[in-house]
Amino acid sequence: MLDLKGINAGYGSFQALFDISLTVNAGEAVSVIGPNGAGKTTLMRVISGMTAPFSGEMEMEGKSLSSFPPHQIVELGIAHVPENRRLFPGMTVEDNLKLGAFAKTARGDSAKNLEFVYELFPRMKERRSQLAGTMSGGEQQMCAIGRAIMSGPKLLLMDEPSAGLAPVVVQQVFSLVRRIREEGYTVLIVEQNVQQVLQVVDRAYLLEAGQLIDSGKSEDLLESESVRKAYMGL
Amino acid sequence: MSEIFDIFLLEAIINGILFGGVLALLSLGLNLIFGVVDVVWICYAELVMFGMYTVYWLAGVYDINIFIAAMAAIALVSVLGWLVHVLIISPILGTAPINQLLATGGLLFFLQSVATLMFSIEFRNLGLRLPILEFSEMYFSYARLLAFGVALVGMVVVYLFLTRTYIGAAIRAISQDREIMVLMGVDAKKIYWVTAGVGGGLAGLAACLLVLQYDVHPFVGISFGPITFIICVLGGLGNMIGGFIAAFILSIIISVGGLYSEIEWGYVLAFVFFIVMMFIRPQGLLGKK
Repeated sequence: MLDLKGINAGYGSFQALFDISLTVNAGEAVSVIGPNGAGKTTLMRVISGMTAPFSGEMEMEGKSLSSFPPHQIVELGIAHVPENRRLFPGMTVEDNLKLGAFAKTARGDSAKNLEFVYELFPRMKERRSQLAGTMSGGEQQMCAIGRAIMSGPKLLLMDEPSAGLAPVVVQQVFSLVRRIREEGYTVLIVEQNVQQVLQVVDRAYLLEAGQLIDSGKSEDLLESESVRKAYMGL
Repeated sequence: MSEIFDIFLLEAIINGILFGGVLALLSLGLNLIFGVVDVVWICYAELVMFGMYTVYWLAGVYDINIFIAAMAAIALVSVLGWLVHVLIISPILGTAPINQLLATGGLLFFLQSVATLMFSIEFRNLGLRLPILEFSEMYFSYARLLAFGVALVGMVVVYLFLTRTYIGAAIRAISQDREIMVLMGVDAKKIYWVTAGVGGGLAGLAACLLVLQYDVHPFVGISFGPITFIICVLGGLGNMIGGFIAAFILSIIISVGGLYSEIEWGYVLAFVFFIVMMFIRPQGLLGKK
């Protein structure tokens, strides 16, 4: 579904990603794991069009992403749940969700998708007239995921959905991710919470200092001595 | 004695509210642009002036139906607003805010000069004599009532546009997180264009309402520009509801203050009130921080 080949990217003269190639197949859940500053967020931003890569090829279902302006990437079926959720704090939950369906390709199904989001997160239905900025972190994460679903995506990019949340809430967020997988979405998730994310995804790539150093099936990585040492402190 | 006085006071308050309608409309336009593009159009009232001239020439000189003239004025000022954004603001958008103030301030003098060259400094009016309405010993000009009614309708339309449409939602959202808009599939440039056009259209609508009551001349913007800025700042720059409330507070102060002597003293009182309020609430009535 998503193919990256030889991506180099960064900001100004600072290069954050070096020669990244990765693939996400339809129906898969894939994770990119790595420490702080490894370039995980940059990778997400490059795929969704927020940051233009220096060089490299990106394809979504055979279409080259570089031939679309950034605001049209979402119309190809890529929805990005950004780091720190980035809701519109002064707007209601329902307005936030509605904005998720701004893309022309999403508007036709927006009523159906809204119903689906409310079914997925009944809490959001209760809070639909509440200002998004006044909700708890976990609820904001639900809203951010809901907003991404409103665009009717095929691929969900999730940037550290567990960041800044209390341990109990982190559990909830990962069960949310599992739930979304079961609904048939393809998921690419970057995380520092390695132990937990590996229990949700099929495969993972290891990103360090802007380079992919390893990849494999989740079960194998969970067993791997080096991963356990480097990422789980075991 | 005191009963008669009360009736004057009531009349002044009602006239103040009626006057406030157009001011609220103008401040809505300015706030909308500031809220979205983060630029204050110093020349906003000069766009109104061109709208007034459009109505004057089409309806007053060429005898075209006044409603068609009004539509034409709204359309023209809307395009003018879009041009201001595309030609003046857009090229300097990422630079220091002072540049945008200087550019739109310079445009103010440019537009005044163009109007002077095109129309001369003569005062012109439509020569419409709309009736005065008498209601239990109080007098209200019909033009003012009409202006108030239409301004309210205009604001309701904008409110519905902002709350019921996708573009309206994007307009409300963009100042809260510009960078993230692209993930929603929003092309910020288009939102800026729509906002500049709607902001211009509101100036055009205000022009149609003002030309019913006031003479038009190249410097007529001075009469509405500064008070519009003060309303926006008093309400909290960019806060549309704050601007709406501030418009009526100031227009009532002007009208009631003018009751006791000249109308100019009403303005003096309003400006003093504004200055005092800036010490008490520098962020504006509904502004944050």
